[in-house]
Amino acid sequence: MPPVSSAATPRNRRAMNPNDLPIIIAFCCILALLLVGSLYSRNFLSPEYLLQQLKVGAFLGVIATGMTFVILLGQIDLSVPWSVTAGAMLGCAASAYGPIGEAFAIPFGVLCGVVIGTVNGFSVAYLRIPSMIITLAVNAVVQGLMVAYTGGFAPQDSATSSMRLLGAESTFWFVPNAVLVWAIVGAAAAFVLGRTTFGRAVYAIGNRESVAYLSGIKTQRIVVLTFILSGSLAAFGGVLLAGYAGKAAQSMGDAYLLPSIAAVVLGGTSILGGRGRYIGTVAGVILITLLQSILSVVQIQEFGRQIVYGVVIILMLLAYGREPETR
Amino acid sequence: MKEWKYFFAQHRGALAAALLFFVMFTIYAVNHPAGLTPNVVQTAANKGVLLALVAIGQTFVVLTAGIDLSVGMVFVLCNCVASYVVAGSPTMVAFGIAAVLATGLFCGAANGAIVIFGRLQPIVATIASGAVYFGLALWLRRSPGASPKFSSDLADVMTGKVLGIVPSSGIFLAAIVLCVWIPFRRSPLGRAVYATGSSESAAYMSGVPVKRAKFAAYMFSGFFSALGGLFLTFFTYSGEASSANGSTYTLYSIAAVVLGGVSLFGGRGSAIGAVFGALAFRAIGDLLFVFDVDPLWQPLFQGTVLLLAVSVGSARLLGVRNKLELFS
Repeated sequence: MPPVSSAATPRNRRAMNPNDLPIIIAFCCILALLLVGSLYSRNFLSPEYLLQQLKVGAFLGVIATGMTFVILLGQIDLSVPWSVTAGAMLGCAASAYGPIGEAFAIPFGVLCGVVIGTVNGFSVAYLRIPSMIITLAVNAVVQGLMVAYTGGFAPQDSATSSMRLLGAESTFWFVPNAVLVWAIVGAAAAFVLGRTTFGRAVYAIGNRESVAYLSGIKTQRIVVLTFILSGSLAAFGGVLLAGYAGKAAQSMGDAYLLPSIAAVVLGGTSILGGRGRYIGTVAGVILITLLQSILSVVQIQEFGRQIVYGVVIILMLLAYGREPETR
Repeated sequence: MKEWKYFFAQHRGALAAALLFFVMFTIYAVNHPAGLTPNVVQTAANKGVLLALVAIGQTFVVLTAGIDLSVGMVFVLCNCVASYVVAGSPTMVAFGIAAVLATGLFCGAANGAIVIFGRLQPIVATIASGAVYFGLALWLRRSPGASPKFSSDLADVMTGKVLGIVPSSGIFLAAIVLCVWIPFRRSPLGRAVYATGSSESAAYMSGVPVKRAKFAAYMFSGFFSALGGLFLTFFTYSGEASSANGSTYTLYSIAAVVLGGVSLFGGRGSAIGAVFGALAFRAIGDLLFVFDVDPLWQPLFQGTVLLLAVSVGSARLLGVRNKLELFS
């Protein structure tokens, strides 16, 4: 059967999708940042530097992957800081229990994220508490647990060899393992979002949960699963980060909340949910990592870095992240 | 009788928060080793007022169904500004206070402009603007300190006791609520804020000045955060660009607002509720000290209380008959 109109063919529709415009602009911004950086120093375009940036960005990338799912759902996960820290600390702590603990350190760290995500998801889906406030409260509880746990006695806090292998080392030639891990997680996320019923359901719920429910989607189950995904990816990011830094520390997750939200939004995903693609998050993560790197290389003081960071994010959002005029 | 019922239904959140505060504070005061002395009340009031002021600011924005995640950073920035300018002769101090409040108003106006005219989502926009305000605070105060001529007399008056009994910070808070919140609530602008938060499109269709209401809400938010920052300077005699302080106050302000019965979906709640929410939250935090528990457990305790408090709202689910109602 011939197509009714040329615009209806899948190829053309994809080419004209206005939702992809922010992603294209985000990648253009990355090129512009690299250009600005290369004006300052020739090293900016060297493969070593770029790989190093990807490695630093990989941790944010893994954490922002979970955030992408939650934001597509129309919710937000503010428990990221202490999910990251809990994953890192308890993963490291598990290594104190002999070779078995050593072997299960990474799964145990991720399991903590699963538990946190389950509490978040259950409260949002079944108790109908706004995600903004419940994830905040869960974050406070996890923080309290971790403070009480580390305050009583000094737990094992150095990373296991398997964590170091994933977070800090390079197995294949010069590609850091963290980048490979991010690539695998990212490819899986893109596949799940674009090609599975679960991904479709996430988009559907993000657009309107009641309609998704009436179309036969078990929306509450999907919401719980999405929060579990977000919690476990945040904890996994923490495990990788502990491997990279060699040890777990109390406030290591604090620096990841705002960048992970900013990365998703800079990648063109609507914070209201239902609109966006994973590739946008990749662009957002790279953008933020490059921006932070340039700001630290250009040796301006901390206050200047904060100001430029904030202003650049606002300007980028003003350039392409604006909501449509509603009336 | 009917009117009394309506009043109760409308202010249920605020009344619950007030009750929670009085229960918590009574437990606190009864078990305090010094008993219920004016000094105990003064200390509690001084700590509570800081959070209460920031929470009032947050209330305005939350009522319009927005959120201001930069309140903590405006608070810190104004603390740093105040540590420089609230100094010298009384005239200079007066101008200094005006400058601090103007800083807060300017930050609020900037947030409002970005959110309303820039059409960005408030969550992200205020996170980013908060980074800018914190950068400015760091620029002003690279290390904690204050102007050598800092007006500690005024600070002592504002944090002291009136007639040796009543904490003056508490009086100030009550005066603010009476002179700013209640007139605002009854003004056309106040109604516009509530209408915008209830349903922006319906408010627009009814000719409510939606943009003006939102802009005013962000301005008020900046203004009250500035007042909070000013008070912090009165308590500490110094300014400090502390990122931890900023994010703590942002998070606690949301917690206080929710405890005080202000709906995060907008259009429901009041600043009075938020004030009691803030005071209750502080009282809960202090409760552990009087019971002589290891301070390590304080964050866990505070977090658990917060978790329980926000879960109370889901009791409404018991009345849901049709599952579709869940998603509205």
